[in-house]
Amino acid sequence: MTSDPIVQATAGAAPGARIGQPVDRIDGILKVTGRATYGYEHRIGRAPAHGCILGASIARGRILEIDVREAERAPGVILVMTHRNAPDQPEFGAAVTATVPEVFTRARPVLASERVRYHDEPVALVVAESFEEARHAARLIRLRYETEPGAFDPVAPDAEIYRPGRTNAGFPTDSEHGDFEGAFSVAPVQIDASYRTPFESHNPMEPHAAIAEWEGDRLTVHTATQTVANIQAGLASTLRVPPENIRIVSPFIGGGFGAKLILHPETICAALAARVLNRPVKVALTRQQMFANAGHRPAMRQRVRLGADRDGRLTAIGHEVLASTARFEEFAEQSAVPTRALYAAPNRRTTHRLIRLDTNRGEWMRAPGEASGLLALECAIDELAERLGLDPIALRIRNEPERDPELGVPFSSRNLVACMRVGAERFGWRDRPLRPGSRREGRWLIGYGMAAAIRGNYLGPGSARVAIDAAGQVTVQADMTDIGTGTYTILAQVAAERLGVPLDAIRVMLGDSRLPRTAGSGGSWGATSSATAVHNACLALRQRIATAAASHAASPLRGSNAIEAHFADGALRLGARSESLERLLARIAPEGLAAEGSAVRGETYRTYSQHAFGAHFAEVAVDIDSGEARLRRMLGVFAAGRILNPKTARSQLIGGMVWGVGAALMEETVLDRRHGHFVNHDLAEYHVPVHADIPDVDVMFVPEEDDKGNPLGAKGIGELGNCGAGAAVANAVYNATGVRVRDFPITLDKIFPGLAAG
Amino acid sequence: MRPFTYERATGLREAAAAVAARPDAKFIAGGTNLLDLMKLEIERPTHLVDISRLPLRRIEETSDGGLHIGAQVPNSDLAADARVRTRYPLLSQALLSGASAQLRNKASTAGNLLQRTRCPYFQDAGMPCNKRVPGSGCAARGGYNRAHAILGASEACIAVHPSDMAVAMTALDARVETILPDGRARTLPIGELHRLPGDTPHLENNLAAGEMITAVTLPPPPPGRQLYRKIRDRASYAFALVSVAAVVEVASGRIRNARIAMGGVAPKPWRSAEAEGALADRAAGDRSYAAAADAALSDARGDGHVAFKIELAKRALRRSLADLTPDR
Repeated sequence: MTSDPIVQATAGAAPGARIGQPVDRIDGILKVTGRATYGYEHRIGRAPAHGCILGASIARGRILEIDVREAERAPGVILVMTHRNAPDQPEFGAAVTATVPEVFTRARPVLASERVRYHDEPVALVVAESFEEARHAARLIRLRYETEPGAFDPVAPDAEIYRPGRTNAGFPTDSEHGDFEGAFSVAPVQIDASYRTPFESHNPMEPHAAIAEWEGDRLTVHTATQTVANIQAGLASTLRVPPENIRIVSPFIGGGFGAKLILHPETICAALAARVLNRPVKVALTRQQMFANAGHRPAMRQRVRLGADRDGRLTAIGHEVLASTARFEEFAEQSAVPTRALYAAPNRRTTHRLIRLDTNRGEWMRAPGEASGLLALECAIDELAERLGLDPIALRIRNEPERDPELGVPFSSRNLVACMRVGAERFGWRDRPLRPGSRREGRWLIGYGMAAAIRGNYLGPGSARVAIDAAGQVTVQADMTDIGTGTYTILAQVAAERLGVPLDAIRVMLGDSRLPRTAGSGGSWGATSSATAVHNACLALRQRIATAAASHAASPLRGSNAIEAHFADGALRLGARSESLERLLARIAPEGLAAEGSAVRGETYRTYSQHAFGAHFAEVAVDIDSGEARLRRMLGVFAAGRILNPKTARSQLIGGMVWGVGAALMEETVLDRRHGHFVNHDLAEYHVPVHADIPDVDVMFVPEEDDKGNPLGAKGIGELGNCGAGAAVANAVYNATGVRVRDFPITLDKIFPGLAAG
Repeated sequence: MRPFTYERATGLREAAAAVAARPDAKFIAGGTNLLDLMKLEIERPTHLVDISRLPLRRIEETSDGGLHIGAQVPNSDLAADARVRTRYPLLSQALLSGASAQLRNKASTAGNLLQRTRCPYFQDAGMPCNKRVPGSGCAARGGYNRAHAILGASEACIAVHPSDMAVAMTALDARVETILPDGRARTLPIGELHRLPGDTPHLENNLAAGEMITAVTLPPPPPGRQLYRKIRDRASYAFALVSVAAVVEVASGRIRNARIAMGGVAPKPWRSAEAEGALADRAAGDRSYAAAADAALSDARGDGHVAFKIELAKRALRRSLADLTPDR
């Protein structure tokens, strides 16, 4: 087994660093020197065999024949596993689980039947001495299928539409307030616009990978996951093993974006094969396999209807979402949910409906709900502003709600207006071309656009352990993950501040199911939830140290009042007396002291509407002939509570904004409507923005502390950056050209037909 | 990837003979395209002859004022060569608009010419493809064919040739030098290197078994101004939806010489005699350019997603011609 991953700041690095300081990542040197080990890279005691998955070449039907003889004879092959010889696993079960958590804990059998539910679903696993041998042998397997007609058109006019019982994360499917239809029909100004958003794929840089090793009936899996508890629970159900017999190790993750929240086939395949062979097995998905097997954002049609009076006051807001889902497992992205809280209007309707397709299930892709929903809503608001002849910012300010317009509770904090005003000033919004298509620089049409950002602020219950040894060395432990966001660093900062010790006295251990359980990295709650648990653990540890210092026979501070404890500069001061922690611990607790702390949802989780806000501003240039749209610059201004580390926070937000650029201009996973496969399943054909597409992105923060969400006053920011960012770019394209494209992504073929031929 | 054997070529003739001797042998140079396709088992050679170390890495002046470019000159070196940049700027522009810096460092001149199509159905062994498995059908027809051909395609295949460099070389009337397995050398115009698909899309070029490209020669630069314009879905590292390589010489307001080639529109780099004919001796100006663009695309067909390319190509041609003659 590898030694436990420990991340620690370099000695002497930023000794004064505290919460709120732009501290360098403490795991940065490990990463840039190649010492941070990722899912496929861990070295374990016994040399693992290598697995390669073969996927189905049909999208719906069943396997009639599978001939593995040639594959079994191929050089290096140890095992060919198919539904005929895979260990017995539980049934997958119903498309919808009884509760939301069961989505993560249910069994997810692979190679379990002759049925094929989606294209590229695993039909065989070949295990060989080398990856190359396994991959080659997989191609020697001969399959004969009975193909059944499938549904592959997310906008088929004759598709059967149904109403799910809930959306993702358990939000109500629909909401209705006042009389939407009545108010909309009499509104003096109406916008009724439909937007199409495509399938998208997460494409983290690191593919999904796992190394599984059994010791008796105990399993250890090194993998790449955002939430170790989910992988542990899913594997326990699938393998029929008690969860406590499964250890998940995931210290470094090469990006997740929601694609690594749940158990995927490579991990199950590795565990099954390792058990059969009684030998460690490692399996990774190829880039191509990730498109079908590691989640996607569903394709949608969204209808937004806005009714307003002539002054721009909204009287009716309607947002109706029709999205794709998988026939065998439901996933309903909550794309109309942000509309429930963003603008005031007395009459409101939001709905979510689904169309079953024969694809794999959709998954949580960075800002599920907001990323897709705000593309529609925030473009519709822009359309309304133009119709009214109002500045888009003035229109939004006019419809700023006093309280959450649907829940009726106050906002814990809401500084959207400040973000828009600060951003407008910084960006030079006053220079916006008032008439679309009116500004030209050489062969480029120039446009400005903006959009609001909103993202729910959540807390995921969990705990952490903080220990201090007699040398004054502090260790922070949690099963929390750092998916590239900076978790290691901010947890060290929190502990350093709360315990009054230098940053380089803190060691952080994460990503191991043997450590205290957290809700992991998801829903942007990772930082606030785990930092809250660490904060509380530090408070408990301080109490423990102070009490011992005041009472222990060997303590130089004995007899002081423990209530007046003050931790700073590596020392404890009780009343008038002070002693360094190192000397103190050596006397009163040579074995060290430790404490646990937790994060729980308090009363304010229900009695306040909690969101982070922001405003995006974009300038684009569109070629007058070809319609090529290129970002020129972008600014995001965010009010997201207390910023724990402005450096890592800024990186998160820039990354999110780049996602917005991708969603607006280029990202689309194309589903072939005949074969049911994702056609452009590699990074040459699935375009994400590259350096040349992102010339200048700036981030600012509006100071904010929010005491309702957590004791640190922080809010989640991992997804806020791509909430509304795409709409700002889309609105800028409209401002540049006068061509309103409601079919994302806005590729040049959708723009240039609307431009006069040059 | 199928198991394969490997040898390092010791000489030009030996290399050609080694590949000719085995039906499933292939040359490998930079490997930027071949290795990817081998991993997908789209390419399944049983033997590789590594020609990357052959002495074919020089760019030399020819006696008539052109350039002789060794087959193994990396794309990055060719793009950076001062003679190329000053005398054949469209070639340098084309090279720099293609791939990424890392790939350009590795990719060879000959390999660039012979790279395979990016058609996603060709690149997916699970899909029908007449180019990959003759007779299996064309999944791109009726499928997602936004990046496909509008000129020169056939019922059997609508894939496009992905090279930028080759489009520029086509406009420059480059010639391709080869060596045959028996040691004879031959030269063919670049326009005769690639084949149109017809009923045999699996046959992509007119090279004999084992015939190896040793060099590309450029004649002296044509008179006039040069330009390579590439239209694509993002600013870098994307294949051309449409590209234009153009050379235009104007004298006294009339077009004396025009060379037009297009990329991203056809199964091979597409030299447009129609456009050149429409420009010959005409007055430089928008009317002539529009006529040339219409002529270039007069035989174009776009069924499905790809239909937009016809108008896009016309716009690209008109604009390229206008940009080349700013003070006509």
